[in-house]
Amino acid sequence: MSDAGDDVQNAGYDGWLDAAESGEAYYLECPNGHGSLPPRRVCPDCGATDLERVGLPETGEVETYTVTHVPTPAFEDDAPYATAIADFGPVRITGQIVGIDPETVESGLEVELEVAVSQTTDDRILGFTPVSG
Amino acid sequence: MSEVRIAGTGLTPFGNVPERTGRDLFAQASAAAFEDSGVPRDDVEAVFYGNFMGELAEHQGHQGPLMAEAAGVRAPATRYESACASSGAAIRDAVVRIRNGETDVALVGGAERMTNLGTAGATEALAIAADDLWEVRAGMTFPGAYALMAQAYFSEYGGGREELAHVAVKNHENALTNEKAQYQSAITVEDVLEAPQVSSPLGLYDSCPISDGAAAIVLTSETYAEEHDLDAPVAITGSGQGGDRMALHDREYLARSPAAREAGEEAYADAGIDATDVDLAEVHDCFTIAEVLALEALDIEPIGEGISAARDGRTTADGETPINLSGGLKAKGHPVGATGASQIAEVATLLSGEHPNSEYVAEATTGVAHNAGGTVASATVHVLEEVGRP
Repeated sequence: MSDAGDDVQNAGYDGWLDAAESGEAYYLECPNGHGSLPPRRVCPDCGATDLERVGLPETGEVETYTVTHVPTPAFEDDAPYATAIADFGPVRITGQIVGIDPETVESGLEVELEVAVSQTTDDRILGFTPVSG
Repeated sequence: MSEVRIAGTGLTPFGNVPERTGRDLFAQASAAAFEDSGVPRDDVEAVFYGNFMGELAEHQGHQGPLMAEAAGVRAPATRYESACASSGAAIRDAVVRIRNGETDVALVGGAERMTNLGTAGATEALAIAADDLWEVRAGMTFPGAYALMAQAYFSEYGGGREELAHVAVKNHENALTNEKAQYQSAITVEDVLEAPQVSSPLGLYDSCPISDGAAAIVLTSETYAEEHDLDAPVAITGSGQGGDRMALHDREYLARSPAAREAGEEAYADAGIDATDVDLAEVHDCFTIAEVLALEALDIEPIGEGISAARDGRTTADGETPINLSGGLKAKGHPVGATGASQIAEVATLLSGEHPNSEYVAEATTGVAHNAGGTVASATVHVLEEVGRP
C-alpha cells in the first residue's frame, strides 16, 4: 500500500511488534487465565475487562504449516515461503518461518519469534526462526 | 410460523467474464428467477443481496439499491457481507423476515465480479476475509489458511493429498452435465496430484477457481404461494447460523468447523430432522479439505472420517449421500457473493427433479445447503424439503 496514510500505525499491533523486536513480546491475560493478542479491551473468551500484559513464553511449537507458492502482491518476491501456526501456550500465533528452507518445516518444530522484513515491501513481518541446537 | 417457499431460481453461467459488471450479472440472474417463479416484480417487498469484494473489484459500495434497480424492483434493499457466506446470510435474514410475517415476497441472492482483478488481485481481495493484522500481514493467503487446516487434519486424523484429490475428481465429474459450471471437464487423481502447488498441501485442482457470476431466488410465504397458485414444491424448512473467532489460530480446533456444526444443529432442529434424513447436500468446497470439514460439521461423516468419503464412494453421485451434485464451488465456480444462493438454487432444482443430475436423487426429499465464510468464522446452513405444491 502506498498512500498518505503509510506512516499511520495500528495502535496495539505495531507496539506489539516493537516489543517483540526488543525481546519483550507479550500476550494479554485475563483473571480467568485466557490469553489473547492486542489490541483488546475485553477477553474474547469470557468478557473480562481486566487484561494484563504477561511475557510471552520464549519458544513455541509449530502446530501446522504451509508453503505458499501463490502469494498476494504484497509477498510477490517472498514466495515460496512457509507460514505456520505456532503454539506458545497461552496463545497461538501465525507467522512466517524464516532462516530455514521452507520445504523442511515440520509440525513439532520449536521456534522463537523474529520480526522479519518482507522482501517485497520492506514492511515488518511477524516471523519465526527455528530454535538452534 | 409461515413456511418459506422457493418460488423461482436463476443463475448466470459461472466463469471468466471480466468485462461484465456486477449489476449486469445480477440483472440476468434475477430475470431468470422471476421468469421461473411467475411472481411479478411489483410484489417484491424487500431485497436481500450478498456481495463480498465489490469495493475492491468494482469500486462500488452501497450495492443494495443498485442491485434492486438492476433487477427492476422498487423495494428496500440491503447488501449482506459475510465473506464467502454473504448470500447465505442474506437468505437467512429473508427466511426470518418471511416467517415472522413481515414480508411475503423477497428477492434474495448475490453476485461477485472477480476475474477483472487477475489472480494476484483476487488472491489479495479474498485474503481480507482473514484477520488483517494477525494473519494477512504474516503472509497468510486464503488458500494458505485452508492449507493450514488440511495439514492440521492430516496430523490429527490421517489421510493425505490423494484422498483430497478424490473430492476434486468427484466434483468435476458432477459438473459435466451442469451447463452453468465454469469447468465441465473430467479430471483424474493424477491430474490433481501433479498440478502446481498453490499452498502446500493444496494444489491448483484442490482449489476452486476465481469466478464471475450471480444467483437469485424469489422466496415467498406459504400464504402468498397458495393464493397465487405457485408451482413451488420446495420449502426452506430449517435455517441456522454459526459464528467463531476470526483468526484460525484462535480456534480450539484447527481441523474442525464448530461454526458450521452450530449452524447445522440449529437448522436440523428447526426442520425437525437429523443428519440421517439428509438425502443430498451442497457444501462449501472452496478447497477440497473444506468439503471434508463440512461433512463432519454436518454430521454426515464422523469426525476424522470425512476424508475418505469421496474416495470410498459414499458421497459420489451414486453414493449414499451425494455431495455437490452441481459440481460444487470446485467445478461449478465460486463467485463469492453468489455462492450461498446458488447452492440453495441447486438443492431446490435437485429436489424438484429439474436438475440435470436429479436422476441420481429421484427419491430424495431433503437437501442441505452449507455456506461458509473465511476459515468458517461465519456459517449458514439451510434445510430444503420437497413438500409438494402449496
